[in-house]
Amino acid sequence: MTIETVFLMVFALGALTGAVAMFFLRHPMRVALALIGTMVSLAAIYAQLGMHVIAVFQVLVYVGAVMVFMIYAIMLLDVRDRSFTERFSPLLVAGLAGLLLLLGVLVDGLLRGQPFPAVDVPPDAFSVGTFAIVFMEQFWVYFALTAVLLLVAEIAASAVIDIRRRGQDVAAAQAERGNERG
Amino acid sequence: MDDTTFLLALSGMLFALGLVGVIVRRNLLVMLMFLELMLNGVILSLVVFTQLLGAEAGAVLVFLVFVVAAAEIAIAVPILLLLVRTGHTLDPGAYAGLKG
Repeated sequence: MTIETVFLMVFALGALTGAVAMFFLRHPMRVALALIGTMVSLAAIYAQLGMHVIAVFQVLVYVGAVMVFMIYAIMLLDVRDRSFTERFSPLLVAGLAGLLLLLGVLVDGLLRGQPFPAVDVPPDAFSVGTFAIVFMEQFWVYFALTAVLLLVAEIAASAVIDIRRRGQDVAAAQAERGNERG
Repeated sequence: MDDTTFLLALSGMLFALGLVGVIVRRNLLVMLMFLELMLNGVILSLVVFTQLLGAEAGAVLVFLVFVVAAAEIAIAVPILLLLVRTGHTLDPGAYAGLKG
């Protein structure tokens, strides 16, 4: 067993521990911290595989943006209702049975599967320079297209919220006028 | 078990845990986090195959998935905030009246 494999196992254990802890922690903030632990462990696995660009993006985008946004939402919504006091829904038994079934299928697939053939990959295949060249020469159109589509989605979401708010304002004004007449 | 198979098994386990978490937890924010866990499981398998085959296009695809995931959460959280402002709870059972 090489030192790389040992590191992979340690980080995989970290990722799995975080994921399992998410099940049992009650407060959403603790769940978020466990998820951050899982994401950082996955970033370490990506770095261990030589995918440094992906590891950096994992930390920057997921831990730095997505989870910070999630933590803001948790701080805004400190609701202590039934969703806080009761961790699990009535589907707990069915969900655990589904988990066992999924894990069974996974183990069965791993036991029956053939080992993957090794391909000669150049050592700098996933360096920042190679990624940047490939990205800017071949894939920049797709990225620009994705950005435009996402922008359209954000504008549409904002428009829907604005229409709904205006509708509520109009209804409130009509109700007020009705009260004044009455 | 070689490293590739081991990481694919981890990917499958993360996905399965995420899926079951979405089903069994009762808090909408926590369910959203389990969705992210599922996505991370899928991304791990994508990264493993990209590294195995030496395909740079896979790395670009992972980057695009990151971008879309960030946008997805940027839309999902405001929707959640609006829902809670209306229903005053994070219990998904309270929104059973939603259609569609």
